[in-house]
Amino acid sequence: MKSLKHKLFLILVAATGLIWLGATCWIYVRTTRDVEDVLDSRLQEAALMVLSLAARSSVSAFESDASAAHASNFQIYQHQLSCQIWSLDGRLVARSTGAPNEILSVTRSGFSERAIKGETWRVFTAEDPAKNIRVLVGDRLGLREALVADIIKGLAAPMLLTIPLLALLIWASLTRGLQPLYTLAEDLMCRGADDMTPVPTENIPAEIQPMVRSLNNLLGRVQDALRHERDITAFAAHEIRTPLAGLRTQAQIAMTTADRSIRDTALRQIALSVDRTTRLVRQLLTIARLDSERRQPTKPVLVGDVVQEMLDALPPADRDADVTIDPVLQDTIVDTDPEALLLAIRNLHENAVRHMPRGGALRWSSEKLEDGTVVFVEDTGPGIPEDELTQVTNRFFRGRNKTAVGSGLGLTIAALALQVSGGQLCLRNRVGRSGLRAEMRWKYPPRPN
Amino acid sequence: MRILVVEDDAVLADGLKVGLGLYGATLDIVGNCADGRAALAADVFDAVVLDIMLPDGSGIDLLASLRAKGDRIPILLLTALDEVSDRIKGLDAGADDYLGKPFDLDELAARVRAISRRQEGRASSSVSHNGVTLDLARLTATVDGRDTIQLSRREFAILSALMERPGVVLSKADLEGRLYGWQEEVESNTVEVHVHKLRSKIGHSKIETMRGIGYRMRQTPS
Repeated sequence: MKSLKHKLFLILVAATGLIWLGATCWIYVRTTRDVEDVLDSRLQEAALMVLSLAARSSVSAFESDASAAHASNFQIYQHQLSCQIWSLDGRLVARSTGAPNEILSVTRSGFSERAIKGETWRVFTAEDPAKNIRVLVGDRLGLREALVADIIKGLAAPMLLTIPLLALLIWASLTRGLQPLYTLAEDLMCRGADDMTPVPTENIPAEIQPMVRSLNNLLGRVQDALRHERDITAFAAHEIRTPLAGLRTQAQIAMTTADRSIRDTALRQIALSVDRTTRLVRQLLTIARLDSERRQPTKPVLVGDVVQEMLDALPPADRDADVTIDPVLQDTIVDTDPEALLLAIRNLHENAVRHMPRGGALRWSSEKLEDGTVVFVEDTGPGIPEDELTQVTNRFFRGRNKTAVGSGLGLTIAALALQVSGGQLCLRNRVGRSGLRAEMRWKYPPRPN
Repeated sequence: MRILVVEDDAVLADGLKVGLGLYGATLDIVGNCADGRAALAADVFDAVVLDIMLPDGSGIDLLASLRAKGDRIPILLLTALDEVSDRIKGLDAGADDYLGKPFDLDELAARVRAISRRQEGRASSSVSHNGVTLDLARLTATVDGRDTIQLSRREFAILSALMERPGVVLSKADLEGRLYGWQEEVESNTVEVHVHKLRSKIGHSKIETMRGIGYRMRQTPS
């Protein structure tokens, strides 16, 4: 795992080091040039000075007093500079202490460089033809380089010393700067597995805010999912155990009572309860099948036929509603899976019939939309309270207007069946009167452009 | 004993009505929280059997709101959710007992008796007064230590009502309330008929008639 801290540290230290190296190089170049300029002008000045001094006396004075020249010592800056005076005809008239005997430069005048005994000299030559002398002042390049090196060393030493200090400072700053991350990590580590409260966003730096916000968002969604799961489990437990409790109670009554009419009633209740539980089991199996099913291949299906098929197969108990089938359904063709469509239609029909008072009316019809087809059933029941509309397709949800015989699975099955066959269930209350309008929508396939 | 059952499943509600009826209780059934609240406000019950998942809300909320109002009526929660945490939640909300579905009818009857008995401050399942001992679990009575007498459901309901508060006079209407749920048609002389039968079983002198007021248990041995 790459540590952000280590990475930042390396980058910062390397960047600082590089900047310093660059600065040092620049200073080196500048210093070398400056030193050269200064020393060159010094050579020039010294040469001209010696020339003007020498010009006042004669060459012979030098020659007669060569040792005096020695004594007088054109000794400038402790042998940093060496000076030679030559006659124009090539005799060494005088030289400063430490200056080599060999001629420093063969150039007549101006700056030149020459290697003598392995050392390179920088020399300024000035001559006075009238006095017959030529003055050469030079210094060794090695000396110049040593001077520059000294300056650079003087600069680099504190730099090298401060680099570890700076590194330490960078490390400490990083540790401190990244502290909120560590604190956040620790907070998250210490959390209970079911603690879904949002992470507090105060005291969190702006850079981590987006991450924390996303995290809180995720926590919220996980919590919703968990609650949803728990709700389903609770509803399922209720819907399955309540009929069992009823069965058991009625069975105990039948076993206990001596009264024949009470026993008969109890047995009838048991039969009724078994029928309902059977239906519940059938619905659960249907849901399990739909859950595991992938999207079904679709083909054009005539909706009117499927509605008629459903009506023909309806058990007598669900037949006492006044059913109207709009003829338009005989012209309505949708792309779907016929099995799934039958399942959806049957469950929507049952749902409508069971929620209506005896003799209620329901109507199957369809409409063409701009982007698809909608097939719907309208009933004259109580409708669904607006706040429950989004929940009614949840498993086992029965809501306030529930029926005695429902299980809270019919609409779930309808929605799932439509889902696997490319449609969508849309529930809304009828406008202007009580009742539910359950719509099955299919979108046209997108036209290739 | 008059019990209110708040349960929305028809078969189970019917089972409770008949089943607990066999144990001498009179039951009224409602199917949702709102009706339960209204029934409790309008009538007096000895205990409530309350489902948690009701169509218009949670039984726990009904329970909590009753307790918040200071109502101490014994309440048994009857529910499909019987995880430990659910039970704790129910008991903490103020339930006296908790039974998961499906349950044994005998156990339910015993638990309902137990919570209402605790409410009355008794620890045993029988009451005694002036030589009459009533076994609330078996619907039987013994008088002055003699043989056990089997009572009918109605006889038991009247005797247990009188013996719960032996000094108090109960009117005919009070006793009718113990005998009939809401939907049942009250026959005009039922109370008199059953008091007469009771007297012939446990002895004439045990129950006093207060003319124009009602009945009560006789205070001293006659």
